[in-house]
Amino acid sequence: MNNNLLKVSLSPHISGKGSVKSIMYGVIIALMPAFIAGLYFFGIGALRVTLTAVVACVLFEYVIQKYLLKVESTISDGSAIITGLLLAYNVPSNLPPNIIILGSLVAIGIAKMSFGGLGNNPFNPALVGRVFLLISFPVDMTSWPKPILTRASAIDAVTAATPLAIVKEGLAGGTPYSKLLTQIPSYWDLFIGNVGGCIGEVSALALIIGLFYMLYKKIITWHIPVSMTGSIFIFTGIMCLINPQSNADPFFHILTGGVLLGAIFMATDMVTSPMTPKGMLIFGSAIGILTVIIRVFGAYPEGVSFSILIMNAFVPLINKFCKPKRFGEIIK
Amino acid sequence: MQSTLKYAILSLSTIGTVSAIILYFIAQKFKVIEDPRIDDVEQVLPLANCGGCGYPGCRNFAEACVNKHDLACLYCPVGGPATMQKIAKILGLEAGEQIPMIAVVRCSGSPENRPKTTIYDSVKNCLIASSVYSGDTGCEYGCLGLGDCVASCLFDAIHINEKTSLPEVDQDKCTACNACVKACPKKIIELRKKGPKDRRVFVSCINKEKGAIARKSCKVACIACMKCQKECPFDAITVENFLAYIDFEKCKLCRKCVAVCPTSAILETNFPPKKDSELNKEPIVTQENNTNV
Amino acid sequence: MSKGLKTFPVGGVHSCDNKLSASKQIESVALPTIVSIPLSQHIGAPAMPIVKPLDKVKVGQLIAKASGFVSANIHSSVSGTVKKIDDVPDSCGYKRPAVIIDVEGDIWEENIDRTDSLLKEIIFDQKSIIEKIQAAGIVGLGGATFPTHVKLSVPKGKTCEYLLINGVECEPYLTSDHRLMLEKTEEIFVGIIIVMKALGVPKAIIGIENNKKDAIDKMSAISNNYKGISVQALKVQYPQGGEKQLAKALINREIPAPPGLPIDVGCVIQNVGTIYAIYEAVQKNKPLIERVVTITGKSIKKPSNFLARIGTPISILIQATGGLPEDTGKIISGGPMMGKAINTTDIPVSKGTSGILVLPEELSNRKNANNCILCAKCVSVCPLGLEPYLLSKLSLKSLFDKAENEQVVNCIECGCCSYNCPAKIPLLDFIRLAKTTVMKNIRNRVK
Repeated sequence: MNNNLLKVSLSPHISGKGSVKSIMYGVIIALMPAFIAGLYFFGIGALRVTLTAVVACVLFEYVIQKYLLKVESTISDGSAIITGLLLAYNVPSNLPPNIIILGSLVAIGIAKMSFGGLGNNPFNPALVGRVFLLISFPVDMTSWPKPILTRASAIDAVTAATPLAIVKEGLAGGTPYSKLLTQIPSYWDLFIGNVGGCIGEVSALALIIGLFYMLYKKIITWHIPVSMTGSIFIFTGIMCLINPQSNADPFFHILTGGVLLGAIFMATDMVTSPMTPKGMLIFGSAIGILTVIIRVFGAYPEGVSFSILIMNAFVPLINKFCKPKRFGEIIK
Repeated sequence: MQSTLKYAILSLSTIGTVSAIILYFIAQKFKVIEDPRIDDVEQVLPLANCGGCGYPGCRNFAEACVNKHDLACLYCPVGGPATMQKIAKILGLEAGEQIPMIAVVRCSGSPENRPKTTIYDSVKNCLIASSVYSGDTGCEYGCLGLGDCVASCLFDAIHINEKTSLPEVDQDKCTACNACVKACPKKIIELRKKGPKDRRVFVSCINKEKGAIARKSCKVACIACMKCQKECPFDAITVENFLAYIDFEKCKLCRKCVAVCPTSAILETNFPPKKDSELNKEPIVTQENNTNV
Repeated sequence: MSKGLKTFPVGGVHSCDNKLSASKQIESVALPTIVSIPLSQHIGAPAMPIVKPLDKVKVGQLIAKASGFVSANIHSSVSGTVKKIDDVPDSCGYKRPAVIIDVEGDIWEENIDRTDSLLKEIIFDQKSIIEKIQAAGIVGLGGATFPTHVKLSVPKGKTCEYLLINGVECEPYLTSDHRLMLEKTEEIFVGIIIVMKALGVPKAIIGIENNKKDAIDKMSAISNNYKGISVQALKVQYPQGGEKQLAKALINREIPAPPGLPIDVGCVIQNVGTIYAIYEAVQKNKPLIERVVTITGKSIKKPSNFLARIGTPISILIQATGGLPEDTGKIISGGPMMGKAINTTDIPVSKGTSGILVLPEELSNRKNANNCILCAKCVSVCPLGLEPYLLSKLSLKSLFDKAENEQVVNCIECGCCSYNCPAKIPLLDFIRLAKTTVMKNIRNRVK
């Protein structure tokens, strides 16, 4: 017999390969294409904003855990990096650093740490930070620089309204949708991201690459992205069919604004989304419907952040009522 | 402007009056008549809802006190005789006699006395641990030290001693509510008579193994040598299943058994230190410190 | 063999196979000098010993009688002198009564057929088959050790349509059933015919996971010679060897929640090891005195499958594989997913010991748990459709009534949730606590 004492523990005695870290870094990798796209279209500004947000988030998490909560620091798990990235993706590339740092503080300090850190936050921290900034600094948050390719010169960052804002104002002013189409970028530009907007949300292509990566790595399931974009597509499709002149078409709605970023990275945030496939479908479709309602009938041109936050609040309720089918249970 | 003010005052006061009338009638209709003494009794109870009295909560105990017309079988272990006297006063009854009790941990298997044979590496919970295996030492009866008793205590009266990894009862806080006794899956904790000046003598072992096997796994195990039983002048000690037990009703705290126990499995608490002459006679010094059990 | 791989639809994990001993023939080990045969090797009441110290016993002699219907006879696995009837530690470390026998020679009871000849013809009727099985003390050898004669006695009002044979062996590392299927193929088929006759069922399906292709091929080739028996290849998915999952995978029926039994959906499930024991008991008069035990582990020099007598100390088997490695951190009786960590190698092989897994130090430590990130991976792998994250939280907060409403008693303790948790939370530990407490509460309520 060896001298070491044998260990006794309860089964199972082996564990799978996945870890919180691997999930978080998987998400970070999936977020990289969107970052590259942002860098390509908005230049050095995107890098500056993203770096500021990430560093600020990680720093705030570290400081709060070390000095305020006096617990072991968990910054290495990568969740603060994701919060920083997502916050940066949701703001314009010319946002002043002090505003970004404030947003990071709200995201990490209020939305995450005050609830007990990773896993306990009811709302998506990055979105809380983003919405806080949107309400507090409406002007800074809604003056988006044009993509580099369409600028007259590379140096001065000309700001322009997003396609969504153009359409919203145009339709409100009574201009028919067919005429507005000439003012907005082509679907191809919208797809690859050659439009004005927040850093991470512009390039649908980059986001979809991230989606496939996460699906391949089994980090997320298809339920939320598909149900969310699907419900937006169906809802706006019906409205477009009823009155094509005063409603934008469904492809436009899905490709613009934060729909894809929200559907792929924000609504699928594990902590703040439902646990069962059924719940995820309900959650995703409700976000989609709320988004369209805010976009079409509300005061803001964009509603993804708000609708995700609203539905975050419903997650405990969804979890309570959407139970998985128990084995051996007879369905009446 | 004047008329707006007038209307506002008028309408608000009308709504207020009507609501008051409705509320009055509803209150009349759904009135519950209850003995006011229940509230009085509840007031003097500790309101910890520990269940030590055998009732689910203090309110239920108060109801039982008021309804039974006799306090003989009712006792609040937390409040003790003082509380029972107060209740008796409210109800105009005699309080029953109760002997104050205390929880006693009957295991002295600290790591020095009882070497570890395995390492337990799962959730720190005695119930789970005891359901999968006998414990991380050779003794299958002894304390696991994972603190189910600590978690069960509502009065912060039991704690695991870091050094011995055994629970210790704070005798000032313990109310003998029986929660830890129920929580311990190994049935190590027992309620015993608190004793005069908190003095107690008890067998701190529940190992039912034969002497040699028990001794092998733990230095301070009861080996059922029968010496204490022979020594006891009051017939208070019985040895059954290779385990001695001291009946606290019969025990007169003479401490003769403590002196003869070869493994010092019998503990004494809160006795004044022995005189030198007596110390010489007693080869084994009890490992218990004198403030806690 | 029907085409395509079946499996159960909800939950499950595909953990590493690590079937290190899959190609190792079943060997017999030298007889130990002393055996201790526990009196409680089955679910139900312990057997009553009928021998006294100094009695001479032969191999196969009854030494303890079943005490009740749900109990099993115990036979001597060696010949020699009864030393004493004493308490020995079981796999949990608790002392349980056992018959300790000093081995002297190897003298068998005369009526046991020790030849290798295959006896295909079944001369017994339904009743005497079950009686023979009961007399031989056969219990479920898959690990549950439920007395087999109880399972084969179909209660009135229930009918059995299928006999399902569990050749899944979904636990990583273990290979005892696999080897048995390869080496005793014909015997297993005869055993199945015997059980079919005992139950009066026309159909039997053998479920084998696809990581045992040689066994599938050999079994399906022979199945053509036997009417009513088919072999079904199954996708590799743990816990397919569980009764509920196997019934779902093979005949797409869901066994209801406890106290539901397989017979409620018209099937009886038997492990291949049990089937082989039944063959030996009925055709060769040989009681259950030995079983195949896999001794395995990455640090073991020579992972092997042994035919070991019941009561052999595990240390002897480990010795036969080249000794216990220096860096051993944990020894597990059973597979890594559901097996029990044991605290000494002195415990004897019992009827339920399917394997011994030795884990080196670096694999035996649990990882530190993080916060739950509500990733829902535990929900998606739970084969019972439970919510492990919720159950463990309720258990942690001692909200056992709520856990009962969430059907914690359904849990089969397969360990998929703990295995798959990225935060390494020991979910099953907490669920076990809730399950134990809820079961206790239910029992108290019934009283």
